[in-house]
Amino acid sequence: MRANTWSGRNKVEVRDVPDPKILNHRDAIVRITSTAICGSDLHLVDGYVPTMQDGDVLGHEFMGEVIEVGSGVPGDKLRVGDRVVVPFPIACGACAACAAELYSCCENTNPNAGIAEKMFGHPVAGIFGYSHLTGGFAGGQAQYARVPFADVGPLKIESELTDEQVLFLSDILPTGYMGAEMCDIQPSDVVAVWGAGPVGQFAMDSARVLGAAKVIAIDKEPYRLQMAEQAGHIPVNFDDVDVRSRLLELTGGRGPDKCIDAVGLEATHGSAHIAAYDRVKQAVRSETERPHALRQAILSCRSGGVVSVIGVYGGLLDKFPAGAWMNRSLTLRTGQCHVQRYMKPLLQRIERGELDPTRIITHTLPLDEAERGFDMFKNKQDNCEKVVLKP
Amino acid sequence: MDLTATTTVRKPASEVYAFWRDLENLPTFMAHLEEVRAAGDRTSHWSAAAPFGKDVEWDAEITEETPGERIAWRSTGDADVPNAGTVSFVPAPDGASTEVYVSLVYEIPGGSLGKAVAKYFGEEPHQQLDDDLRRFKQVLETGEVVRSDGAPWGKRARKEFPQRPAQPLSDAELAKGAQA
Repeated sequence: MRANTWSGRNKVEVRDVPDPKILNHRDAIVRITSTAICGSDLHLVDGYVPTMQDGDVLGHEFMGEVIEVGSGVPGDKLRVGDRVVVPFPIACGACAACAAELYSCCENTNPNAGIAEKMFGHPVAGIFGYSHLTGGFAGGQAQYARVPFADVGPLKIESELTDEQVLFLSDILPTGYMGAEMCDIQPSDVVAVWGAGPVGQFAMDSARVLGAAKVIAIDKEPYRLQMAEQAGHIPVNFDDVDVRSRLLELTGGRGPDKCIDAVGLEATHGSAHIAAYDRVKQAVRSETERPHALRQAILSCRSGGVVSVIGVYGGLLDKFPAGAWMNRSLTLRTGQCHVQRYMKPLLQRIERGELDPTRIITHTLPLDEAERGFDMFKNKQDNCEKVVLKP
Repeated sequence: MDLTATTTVRKPASEVYAFWRDLENLPTFMAHLEEVRAAGDRTSHWSAAAPFGKDVEWDAEITEETPGERIAWRSTGDADVPNAGTVSFVPAPDGASTEVYVSLVYEIPGGSLGKAVAKYFGEEPHQQLDDDLRRFKQVLETGEVVRSDGAPWGKRARKEFPQRPAQPLSDAELAKGAQA
């Protein structure tokens, strides 16, 4: 089959690889009809996530048709012919983490748990196409994928919704939603979202759906801010204005009640010298993150507010504003999304028309043009917000 | 060499105990074992997997068993690598899980066998037992050892670093199996 693979830092390559087979009895094989490039794929390609290997199949946002199921998948859960969206964290459904609906912390699905444990203190779940640290599972930017624990994760789509309407239930819609949900939004809340990429856009939409009074989008790309504005959110361009001052202006001097970091470890920064400091530390590996968005969110948030982190971090960061966090009674909440928890309720919101995930799609390309898609997305060419690939 | 490790399995103590008490189950998750065969009610014959030391076999007997709580065993006769172990099962505070505490003792011999065993355990001997217990938990909670494309061979995973790429296995690789 054809598959998009990691072939070194800043290099992806669509190549021929073997077709996937059943390896565990609760596996299914899915013929992929739509898949997407995620912002977190860029962290892999940019070389910020360790344990990638040449030839790793990328991609963790995908959906398609079940063409084979293992002997351990009960027929009432999944059958050949079912149309499914596959959540990016692989979860067993049986461990204590899964019982607590903390699916991305599943205790059983990462065969390389020993490595993850050394890096993170405790292991994390397996993730499709997302380094060997999260299990070494082939991803979904391919014609077919093996889906372990197929009786637990995949969401059956039984209505007539298009792929484009449901594909993002695999990751970015639940991720954005969880970012807003962790804010415990009240009707009086002003919510500020750092990053107007796909996850940020969905965090903004989710904050509105959850009842926020006002939602603010912070980015530097005019086209991304325009997209947020068209969806009813207030744009703030950090290339043009001082973010903290602008946020104070927009909130009567209080600061946003709730702040969402939808940027993560590769933030760009308005201040050249702080950006240079983090870049140098990152380059010599004495710091793995460039956490400008997180720092700014903590400093901007009103006292007693919540800072919710859904942007990806992988290691260690410097200059964490612990004083602001502690003295001003801020709550910091975070997590890789527990996608399985949100798929059904969010599908219902899509069916009811409360959320329109298609609004962020700017490009649809054949799988064979994945490399071009990565380039456009990374370099923000042609107003690229979200690339859907068709195998 | 003394090793201890612990894990929590989300199953009642009676079930976790019963799985361990059937010693023939041990090779499904313990990387250094090829086979355990029950001989009598409390006696068994164990053989090691090649990396631990080729053609290493020994007899063992259960020295203590308290159903649902504790099992102790030791090698008998003149085993090449004399060893003993205990495992305790303690109900966890969540009311649904069982804490499993394992303690193993190996008398590492001299000569080439001793070297092979030392090499097997490597610089972090506890890692082996930790990984064994991780697989024990997988088998009890999910039914089998979880495989990925990067680590397709279950309990041989540690031998696989650097791993094969995270892309599907070819028919030839699958046919060759763990030796590939």
